[in-house]
Amino acid sequence: MAKLMPGLAAIFTEEHQILEAARKSRDLGMTKFEAISPYPIHGMEEACGIKRSSIPYVTFVAGTTGLLSALALTWYTSVYDWPINVGGKPPFSLPAFIPIMFELTVLFAALCSVGALFYHCGIPRVDPPTIDPDLTSHKFAIFVPENETGYEAKKLETFYKGLGAESVKKVEAY
Amino acid sequence: MMKRNQLILGDKTLKDITDDICQPVETLPGKGWVGMFLSAKTLLLFYIFVLGMIVANGMGLLGVNHPNGWGTMIITFVFWIGIGHAGTLISAILFLFRQKWRTSVARTAEAMTVFAVMTAGLFPLLHTGRPWLDFWLFPYPNQRGPLWVNFRSPLLWDVFAVSTYATVSMVFWYIGLVPDFATLKDRAKNKIRKTVYGVLSLGWRGTARNWSHYEMVYLILAGLSTPLVLSVHTIVSFDFAVAGLPGWHTTIFPPYFVAGAIFSGFAMVVTLMTLVRIGFPQFKDYITLDHMEVMNKIIMTTGLMVGYAYASEFFVAWYSGNPYERYVFMNRAGLPGTSGDYAWSYWIMVTCNVIIPQIFWSKWARRNIAVMFVVSIFVNIGMWFERFVITITSLHNDFLPSNWGNYAWSFWDGALLFGSFGMFLTLFLLYLRVFPAISIAEIKPMLPVGRDDHKGGH
Repeated sequence: MAKLMPGLAAIFTEEHQILEAARKSRDLGMTKFEAISPYPIHGMEEACGIKRSSIPYVTFVAGTTGLLSALALTWYTSVYDWPINVGGKPPFSLPAFIPIMFELTVLFAALCSVGALFYHCGIPRVDPPTIDPDLTSHKFAIFVPENETGYEAKKLETFYKGLGAESVKKVEAY
Repeated sequence: MMKRNQLILGDKTLKDITDDICQPVETLPGKGWVGMFLSAKTLLLFYIFVLGMIVANGMGLLGVNHPNGWGTMIITFVFWIGIGHAGTLISAILFLFRQKWRTSVARTAEAMTVFAVMTAGLFPLLHTGRPWLDFWLFPYPNQRGPLWVNFRSPLLWDVFAVSTYATVSMVFWYIGLVPDFATLKDRAKNKIRKTVYGVLSLGWRGTARNWSHYEMVYLILAGLSTPLVLSVHTIVSFDFAVAGLPGWHTTIFPPYFVAGAIFSGFAMVVTLMTLVRIGFPQFKDYITLDHMEVMNKIIMTTGLMVGYAYASEFFVAWYSGNPYERYVFMNRAGLPGTSGDYAWSYWIMVTCNVIIPQIFWSKWARRNIAVMFVVSIFVNIGMWFERFVITITSLHNDFLPSNWGNYAWSFWDGALLFGSFGMFLTLFLLYLRVFPAISIAEIKPMLPVGRDDHKGGH
């Protein structure tokens, strides 16, 4: 999670405006800006140049771990530590262990994926910065941090106003 | 080209959507809600009393006996677990199939899942008779050997399946709620509300990078929940099918149970949604008659599947040539030469689950709120009786006539069944007032569906 930065925020009221603004910002060579929206916008990842999320790899590794843990658990308890004859089934009765293996695969994969989401989004976070309370309802914003390449408050303000921004304001930290 | 109907009626703007959905959370409840809540809560208090009596006095209060070792608790457990399945079907499976209409009902259906699983989960724990020793269900190192749990038993598979299902459903539901909690926090006028929803929203900001990860995790959770939900009722059916009892020991059980679960769950979704539409009229623009019609079609389809399963059980019992299997099914239907003690329950089941839903062949019935409400209640009743039929008719007359006996239904059985609705409805009514009942963040991208004026972007 990056540290909070002061910067400039442009507020938009229409979905297509912010898509356009994100695309144009990227064309200017900016890479650190954030596009904030109340809901996921189709095509925003391409517009901002965001790479595909790496979380599926976490899911795969966690799922595999769950599967092997379940196999280890059932094997250790039912075969190695205290084998008990149940209905004449062999100690290593794999088909009977499959439900356990399946459930633990899903459990590990789901919980670790959510953990990875929390990690990547920097949540839970006490007292997150807000630019405008309407950004979770019906407005959209582009935030440009001060350390962005070619950051120049005046120039950016006219740039975003020209793209239809409702207002452009300075933000202490985001 | 076929024109799609609008998913959201009434030319809403983004702000209208936020306002409409947040309204029940941000205003004081009306008389209707308070009345229902007080009734549900009274029933819940009664339920707590009933459970207390059962724990204090033992399982003997209920009608379980020899040979009917499983009774109301197991029947009602399967009933509630089944109800939960429709929520996961709507939220996960229909999401993978890109069924956009699911968005309006997904949140509430998932809430139903979570509450139904909570209600169901109590039963097997209490049915052990000594619930204070329920931690024995988990494989933990102990000083008795260590004596491990029996991993070859379907009852233990159920422990893993139901607890995984409960955990993953709650996580899936909560992840969906996070952006909406942020909305509620940002709209909050007073400090307490801001703090509570601020904590619940985990500091969600909604940047494009966050959304990118979020959507990926949502897809993954949907992908994981899909086989999970099918596995849960499959494993519940193993509780019966792995036993050697006639009427239980059949390979049809897993798909038959899953179809029945979806059938009963959708009936419960329709029951609740008709009430939500009456209680919160602004939701009629989001949960339209088109939504209800689609769900009624699913009820009819799964009802036909369940009917097919009933028929094929009879066919296989006859075709197998196994006299015990044949007897159990003839006895179920009360055919001549059998005791037929529980034939009434079988015919209630067939009437409610197979005959009554046939009314949905008519488009008028599928789109009539009163009709669908009544049908959904009948399906709920029928599906409870299905589990009653499966459990009791197989147990009460099995291999040896000297081993036969009837279930001793007592006052406490009925009290337990009705009381469980108190728990479920109390949770559900609280949910409607505290959480946004439709996903605000998910419904907004659905706004252009079926609209003619495509502004910009798309």
